Amino acid sequence: MKIHIPTPLRAYTGGQETITLAAQNVGGALVALTTEFPALRQHLLTPEGKTRSFVNLYLNDDDVRYLPEKDDSPVSDSDELTIIPSIAGGCCL
Amino acid sequence: MLHIEYVHYEALRAHGEETYPHECCGVLLGRSLAGVNHVREIVRAGNTRTDSAHNRYNIAPQELIKIQRQARTAGLDIVGFYHSHPDHPAQWSTTDFAEAHWIGCSYVITSTDHGRAITTNSFLLAGTTEEDKRFEDESIEIEIAQPQASEIQPGVTEITIHGDPA
Repeated sequence: MKIHIPTPLRAYTGGQETITLAAQNVGGALVALTTEFPALRQHLLTPEGKTRSFVNLYLNDDDVRYLPEKDDSPVSDSDELTIIPSIAGGCCL
Repeated sequence: MLHIEYVHYEALRAHGEETYPHECCGVLLGRSLAGVNHVREIVRAGNTRTDSAHNRYNIAPQELIKIQRQARTAGLDIVGFYHSHPDHPAQWSTTDFAEAHWIGCSYVITSTDHGRAITTNSFLLAGTTEEDKRFEDESIEIEIAQPQASEIQPGVTEITIHGDPA
């Protein structure tokens, strides 16, 4: 499958925008990704191993948080996982 | 430094005027080279914070993914974001900082006073992690393309704006 890396995290993938790897499910893909690029781990996961709250994971067009099997959702070679940090803000209280 | 063509600079300011009294938001596409974020294209995004659009903005991840795909197809990257501060200064807020996660990207803020764009500032989200991230004032270099008529020497005029705190 392909994993798309957002601009700020490419510093930890040797500048690669797309990583191709083999995995059986979303969680496995993240393990494989952070095994190949260990410096990514602290940017994607909390010390407890949970996905950081501002990191969105989309399997093709679906938010992984809302998939019935979440991180256990199966993946195939043709699937694309996109890592996309949130973007928000506002002027005042 | 943020390098942007005048037409894009004016377009993002105009977006803030159009959405007043609500915040506008959008994405800057381009390339980051030698510490300069070069904007090649801007993409307007919808503000999903309809519950509090006068002082909050959020870009839906699905829309961000579409924009990122668009960038990839064009050979560009996401190099920054923009939004407006209706009737508030063009300075980052604690909310802007807390919600900023794209390290290395430019965050452009335009103040809109009674519907008119006043000041536009850019802030680079510097650092390496969530723990040491910080906003740094960033100068904006505006490129003004000249007419290409034969009697006129082709070229560009550049205006550099250094962090107006207004």
